[in-house]
Amino acid sequence: MANRSLFLKLLSAFVVFGAWEIAGRIPVSYAFPTFFESMAALFKMMFDGSLLAAYAETLKPLAIGILISAFLGIAIGLWIGLSGWFDWLFSPIFIVMQAAPLAALIPLLVMMYGIGLTSKVFVVCIMAMPVIVLNTAGAVRNTPSSLTEMGKSFLASKAEVITKIIVPAASPVIFSGLRLGISAGFIGAILSELKITPTGVGDIITYSRSIADYATMYAAIFSIIVLAVLFLNFLEKIEKFFFAGNVRGYASD
Amino acid sequence: MLQTDNPVQDLPAGHGHSVASSNSSANAVSVRNVSKNYGTVEALKDLSLEFPKGQLTSLLGPSGCGKTTLLKIIAGLLEPTSGEIEVDGRSVDGPGPDRAFVFQDFALLPWASVLRNVSFGLELRGVAKSEREDIAAKYIADVGLAGFEKSYPHELSGGMRQRVGLARALSVDSDVLLMDEPFSAVDEQTRRKFQEDLLSLVANENKTFIFVTHSIEEAVYVSDQIAILLPRPSRVSDIIRPSGLREKDSRSIRRDPEYLDIVDEIWESLRSYVE
Amino acid sequence: MKVFGIRLPGMSSLLIWGLLWEIFGRSGLSFFVPPLSDVIATLFEVIGTPAFQKALYETGYAFVAGVFFAVSIGIPTGILMGKNRLLDELLLPWVNIFLSAPLTALVPVLMVLFGFGMKSIIITTTLFAIWIIILNARAGVMQINRSLVEMAHSFGATPWAAFTKVYFWAALPEILGGVRIGIIRAVKGVIIGQLLISIVGFGALFELYSNNFLMSHFWAVLLVLFAMAFTISEVLAYLERRVSYYAAKR
Ligand SMILES: Nc1ncnc2c1ncn2[C@@H]1O[C@H](COP(=O)(O)OP(=O)(O)OP(=O)(O)O)[C@@H](O)[C@H]1O
Ligand SMILES: [Mg+2]
Repeated sequence: MANRSLFLKLLSAFVVFGAWEIAGRIPVSYAFPTFFESMAALFKMMFDGSLLAAYAETLKPLAIGILISAFLGIAIGLWIGLSGWFDWLFSPIFIVMQAAPLAALIPLLVMMYGIGLTSKVFVVCIMAMPVIVLNTAGAVRNTPSSLTEMGKSFLASKAEVITKIIVPAASPVIFSGLRLGISAGFIGAILSELKITPTGVGDIITYSRSIADYATMYAAIFSIIVLAVLFLNFLEKIEKFFFAGNVRGYASD
Repeated sequence: MLQTDNPVQDLPAGHGHSVASSNSSANAVSVRNVSKNYGTVEALKDLSLEFPKGQLTSLLGPSGCGKTTLLKIIAGLLEPTSGEIEVDGRSVDGPGPDRAFVFQDFALLPWASVLRNVSFGLELRGVAKSEREDIAAKYIADVGLAGFEKSYPHELSGGMRQRVGLARALSVDSDVLLMDEPFSAVDEQTRRKFQEDLLSLVANENKTFIFVTHSIEEAVYVSDQIAILLPRPSRVSDIIRPSGLREKDSRSIRRDPEYLDIVDEIWESLRSYVE
Repeated sequence: MKVFGIRLPGMSSLLIWGLLWEIFGRSGLSFFVPPLSDVIATLFEVIGTPAFQKALYETGYAFVAGVFFAVSIGIPTGILMGKNRLLDELLLPWVNIFLSAPLTALVPVLMVLFGFGMKSIIITTTLFAIWIIILNARAGVMQINRSLVEMAHSFGATPWAAFTKVYFWAALPEILGGVRIGIIRAVKGVIIGQLLISIVGFGALFELYSNNFLMSHFWAVLLVLFAMAFTISEVLAYLERRVSYYAAKR
């Protein structure tokens, strides 16, 4: 069974990359390099160190932005989930942010904070924060009431109900909010490198496009997508590992 | 023989004030004229009931008649819309260490092991870790879960989870145990075993048990006093004391003619509400 | 939230935020944040201008076209994946990859392949929306109760009748859930596409306003955009609730 699934995955990868190779050979467009050309460019960048340097640059605003969003987002989310009037006051902002195309704020951020790191961190934050806040608040609100009642009947203080029952009960959903936030943060980080100032991977993409070195451009894009997908899958694995029983254990039968 | 006398509680709704407070020493828990409304739904209406100390009282009634509601009001988890609860002569305004609750839906922490779940009540009372885990281990063994201390709730069957909830309530050593259908998910063999254990628990420990059940047979088997509740808005319709059964050997009760008579009696009185 | 026993409606706190905005704007602390009243006054001015209407039309066109392709390709693909195991195993890894991939990185490719125009923006929009639509349609088909399928067969339904009369309806709540999330993503996709290909629609408008430091204009357009996005998302959530009543009872 495991073999079949692995075989089909390889087959599916083979078909797609094969189609890419053939389309590049025809070629379907002057700007469409073959799969092997792109991979060759990727390995070249990997070995001459330029890819590593680029990622060091790209991941900086991403990491800072995610850290800020995680701390602030979880704190605000907990507060919204616990306090009725805070919920009334702040929830609408994050609900609107969640629905709105916040990317439109980028030109404004650039005017206010220039084209440096600050703006890029801001972009990551506005993309990542709403989902973290809303997931946290929702998870806190949906703590099974039988658990909080159980705590009260065994004389837990308010703080104990929060730290020993509500936060652990909410943590799987908080974590998946974090994962979705990071996913959105990646979009923001790359968007800011393409829109604000080309640095890091965004620089490789923009520069190689301008000199029509399409193989390098495709290689850079390929690498960032692979990186993001691998990292997010890794987070999902961690999530499954840590919270496996947490979700099922609520069932009362 | 069969006693269906209801000295005070038999009074029609509204006349329950006459409950003498002087007998509160013999009663561990007194419920006086309690009403509870959920919005427009009247769950309980002017309900009065006494729970004698050291005895087991069953609350028997159809689903949705307000048994859980009454139990949670006694536990201090819900405020009654009107009326008053006294535990050991003191009026209740919240949960207290004198009462422990066994939840109908178990209310186990899914991220905590059986050991931590059982010792959770003690943890909240500030008992040191090693001490509370010793106590918890003893009660885990008592409910027949020895060897499962490290398991998590999702690795247990429904009946095993229920026993964890039971062990947690027993481990805090409260005077009053509020049990909301504590045997509903265990298999019939374990259930009978538990019923026998419960009888010896009532006999040996000076605790007061308030026990919710759907099963007429179970109520008659384990109770000193059975309160039959009627559907919404709930009142006590009848109080039955199968007193003759308590002296008998727990193994032969089910063959006893008195036992069978009381079961029939209760079924006859409830039948009209089911039809 | 209750004040003096009166229930405050859900979004009413936005009025307070609007008031704070007005006060902050009037205080003149920041050149970049004009008072809300100015922004709203500008809003009515801007709405009538041909530049705004052109941007709105172009954005609406790209959005509708992008969503149309995402829905009309995504739903059948998802249903087929749910019904056919081989197809599912071949496609699912890719759907999952693109669902979590930072799609902004693909926009430069679209630009070199399809030019700096409408076509690239429409494709960006579709790419943002389609994956979640596929995944939900697939999940919807896969959760269909076996006995429902057997019922259809036992009454002698043809495959086509079974599909149109049973599968589609049984999976509808999940499908609509996917379409709702897909559309919200499409709103973001269309704006991101326009920002990167900044010669069309609101992308061009933002460029114009920010180069000339027309702050009120900028905020006015943002306000319109956010309000529209929020309305779309609420309307869809409302529609989803309307059908979800039978989701629980299948
Ligand atoms: N939180 C609540 N909000 C509104 N109504 C409620 C709530 N909890 C209970 N009720 C109503 O009060 C009535 C009594 O509920 P309760 O849970 O006490 O019944 P029960 O006798 O324990 O039933 P069961 O035997 O099924 O557990 C029910 O009709 C129920 O509809
Ligand atoms: Mg109940």
